[in-house]
Amino acid sequence: MSADPAGAGLDAELTAITRAESGRVIAALARRFGDLDLAEDAYGEALVVALEKWRSEGLPPNPGAWLTTVAGNKALDRLRREKRRREKYAEAAMLIDESPPEPTGPVEDDRLRLVFTCCHPALALENRVALTLRLLGGLTVPEIAAAFLVPETTMAQRITRAKAKIRDSHIPYRIPGVDDVDVRLSGVLAVLYLVFNEGYLSSQGDGARLDLCEEAIRLARQLQQMVDGTPTLGVRPEVDGLLALMLLIHARHEARLVDGALVMLPDQDRSRWDPALIDEGHRLVRGCLRLNRPGPYQIQAAINAVHTDALDTSMTDWDQVLQLYDQLLAIAPSPIVQLNRALVVAELDGPEVALALVDRLELRTYHPWWAARADLLRRLGRRDDARTAYGEAIGLADNDAERAWLQARAGTP
Amino acid sequence: MAQYLLSVIHPASGPDLPKEELQQSFHDVDTFNDEIMKSGNWVFAGGLVPPDQATVVDGRGAEAIITDGPYVETKEQVGGFWIIEATDLDEALSLAARGSKACRVPVEVRAFHAEPPEID
Repeated sequence: MSADPAGAGLDAELTAITRAESGRVIAALARRFGDLDLAEDAYGEALVVALEKWRSEGLPPNPGAWLTTVAGNKALDRLRREKRRREKYAEAAMLIDESPPEPTGPVEDDRLRLVFTCCHPALALENRVALTLRLLGGLTVPEIAAAFLVPETTMAQRITRAKAKIRDSHIPYRIPGVDDVDVRLSGVLAVLYLVFNEGYLSSQGDGARLDLCEEAIRLARQLQQMVDGTPTLGVRPEVDGLLALMLLIHARHEARLVDGALVMLPDQDRSRWDPALIDEGHRLVRGCLRLNRPGPYQIQAAINAVHTDALDTSMTDWDQVLQLYDQLLAIAPSPIVQLNRALVVAELDGPEVALALVDRLELRTYHPWWAARADLLRRLGRRDDARTAYGEAIGLADNDAERAWLQARAGTP
Repeated sequence: MAQYLLSVIHPASGPDLPKEELQQSFHDVDTFNDEIMKSGNWVFAGGLVPPDQATVVDGRGAEAIITDGPYVETKEQVGGFWIIEATDLDEALSLAARGSKACRVPVEVRAFHAEPPEID
């Protein structure tokens, strides 16, 4: 019955509220009741009540607080109904008696605990991703399933399994100690970057699924806020680095995909880049540079900052990009980074030198290796070899936009 | 507090270590055992005889059927175990990491059910 414009508007607003508040409300409930399942169910019930009530009476002044209260009551109702949880009910009731809302910090604190729980290394990566999007992102199971192109039942199972393991294996609901916060935080960043890349590269299908990119950015912003609000964690520049990296890549999305075909950086219409996102990304990168505690995300962000600084490709400061790649290779060596570095060498020392570097890499199943090779061969005028290489790249690529670009490239003299 | 089973995963043929390293490993396991007794994490532990000395008993029928050998032949078998008490999985994992280092093989961590599993 959401045909009426007011209802549709409310639905949109409710979605926005859900995504913004989900993590906060579920985190608070999870800490209070020590039960993620109960927290999620109670939150779901509260949402149903909210939709009905807000439709007729309008939004309350603070929807988040309203949801927290109602969901808390729903959880208590449920505990009362369930005999086997009698002990927990007693504990929870005691908690309520003594506790007015806690004074400082703990709201962010709760949500940060939830982040570390959802991204716990004892959970399979795909389950971490699903749980993070569900509980922190407030996405529905069908939404997550559609974004990752898996059946809803599969996605629902991943989430159920992850929650069962958290409960039965007693995965703590806690911010990690100084000893392992580095490792654990980089695990959280990896989950967010995976969500972003799934949107950006979308290994299957026809182009970028922008909503996932935006969701990853939104979650990274939340994480940045939480980490900044938790002084005990210290300064964590990789969080800013990842956010900057995603902003600088996402800023170019309109120029990158035109009529379903990929447009590579040198050919992009730079007036279609989002200047606000680029500014923000540059600001973050400058902050990281001042701090001088480089990490892989910060360096990749800096590389993207150099690219987005140039008015066109010919004005790119390739020397600086090369230095950054060398720095990245020193702390996070990988053949993929070497491949990207070789393409920078091509700009500085020509395609012949670059091709020698590329040919040394064992990446024959990685289509960007073939694409890079094909491009260098094309620039060297070795047209037959280039055509073969493009063919290999097209065969290995599974994204339509990328294939379309490669096909167009293969036909270009 | 929760209890966890830490299973020591050996090659079925037994520990595959040079003699001196094996000796050192026994020593390290003793030290680790002492440490977790002191810290209050210890519940029980033990090493098992090789899997080919196992016997499977199936008592579901009228008469128990007895079979020589392990229940499943696999390349890796449980060679020993600890039962520990820990506040949460993080503590259990860090104990398991120390145990694994001491006995030089991987260790599997599984929680015990807090209460009898529910039957709906």
